[in-house]
Amino acid sequence: MNVSIIGAGMIPVREHWSKGIRELAAEAARLALEDAGTACVDALYVGNAYGATFNQQTQLGSLIGAELGMNGIEAFTCEAGDASGGVALRTACLAVESGLVRSALVVGVEKATDIVGPARVGARNISLDADLESVNGVTMTALAALMMRRYIYQNNLTLSDFEGFSINAHRNGAVNPCAMYRNKLRDGAFAKAPMIADPVSLFDCAPDGDGAAAVVLVGSDLAADMVPQPVQICASAVATDRFMLQDRDDPLHFEAIGKSFFAALEQAQLGREDIDLLELHDAYTIMTALALEAMGYCLPGAGWTLASDKGSHIALEGDLPVSTFGGLKSRGNPGGATGVYQAVESALQLRASAGANQVPDARRALIQNIAGPGSTVVTHILQRQPDEA
Amino acid sequence: MLDQESRDSETQYSRAASQATAKGGTVYSYTLLQEPPLGYESQAPYYVALVELDDGGLVTAQLTDIDGSLQIGDRVEMVTRKLTTDGSQGMIVYGYKFRPAL
Repeated sequence: MNVSIIGAGMIPVREHWSKGIRELAAEAARLALEDAGTACVDALYVGNAYGATFNQQTQLGSLIGAELGMNGIEAFTCEAGDASGGVALRTACLAVESGLVRSALVVGVEKATDIVGPARVGARNISLDADLESVNGVTMTALAALMMRRYIYQNNLTLSDFEGFSINAHRNGAVNPCAMYRNKLRDGAFAKAPMIADPVSLFDCAPDGDGAAAVVLVGSDLAADMVPQPVQICASAVATDRFMLQDRDDPLHFEAIGKSFFAALEQAQLGREDIDLLELHDAYTIMTALALEAMGYCLPGAGWTLASDKGSHIALEGDLPVSTFGGLKSRGNPGGATGVYQAVESALQLRASAGANQVPDARRALIQNIAGPGSTVVTHILQRQPDEA
Repeated sequence: MLDQESRDSETQYSRAASQATAKGGTVYSYTLLQEPPLGYESQAPYYVALVELDDGGLVTAQLTDIDGSLQIGDRVEMVTRKLTTDGSQGMIVYGYKFRPAL
């Protein structure tokens, strides 16, 4: 694609009680615009999943545009549940690639913590099937638990086989100033964590947080003259699966992950071996295991083996770095903002400005944003922009 | 309505869920949910399962009347139960749950 990131910004994922959704979004947007050295863009695409139920607020495009003083701008929300940030980035890529929009600002934002407990769980449930899942009191965490128990049963595993994913996420999140939980997991802590939906424990699932992240996109030809280190988006692919887990031929096979991943590789004319790091949608440890399988990094049933030895294979210096800024697990899960956080984190990696989270010599990053149990999957591949681009 | 649905093969499993003829099945996977959504707090913690119906297809539903141990492969049968009370008007939502086969 002829699309590049020229600016990136994010705010820490926290419980931002003193700020509303527009303040969070504007803060991240201003960081990205300042980073890009520009004050105006042609269009604003907002990734947000739960504004309607968390905040009783829709029309975030106009709301945030006005907050930024960009009156009159093309602006609207892109929604696909927890993959909203990813589809907002995808929408911006299409707009810039088409030539109809010269520059685009993508803002992912979620303000989750104004409501707590069952109210928030219920508000999140709008992204599941209302008639056949939510009405039965089913939640996304319950769906993850159903997958995880079946996976453990079929592959004869124990809970501790998943701990490496969380240990790795917290190891990386501990050195990321924007992470929500910057604690490392102590030895043995994973096995003793309280159950949220057995076998999914507190340390299997990511915490909800408030957050906002933003990137500025222009054509790659323009980007080279605007900033010293543009990051090119060389692939963008969205795929969907049968909506509910129960309707899939194999509930442990994420078909849309494979479709979106291989479509992205084909667009970029790359192979798995060309990817230096992965930002996956690790809302639950089982999701990471199944995603690695669907992308062919290992055989079906073997995803958990990549987390062995306390996640040394997927560490920053490992063969296949995953969740390099802590992923959803440690950085936090800011709902519809997640996909844009992934883009910002990858851009920092590819500019070699990731600080303590830096993956040595990172040239290409693959980011994947997922809604529901793999119902919508968005994959982007980013790379250091070659000089001739 | 039925004709329209039957033309759409993509929804066949969903129809199996909501209009199942077989009432029996086996537990494909299950969990004990501790953090319920609004409207389900009084039931928590409760079991949620994927049930493999005897005539094919999986259904997502709550398990009820579980006294002792529960395992993948256990026989269960569909029963009609109150799922929740909807809003302040108190309209009762009925649906299906599964209990251990009698």
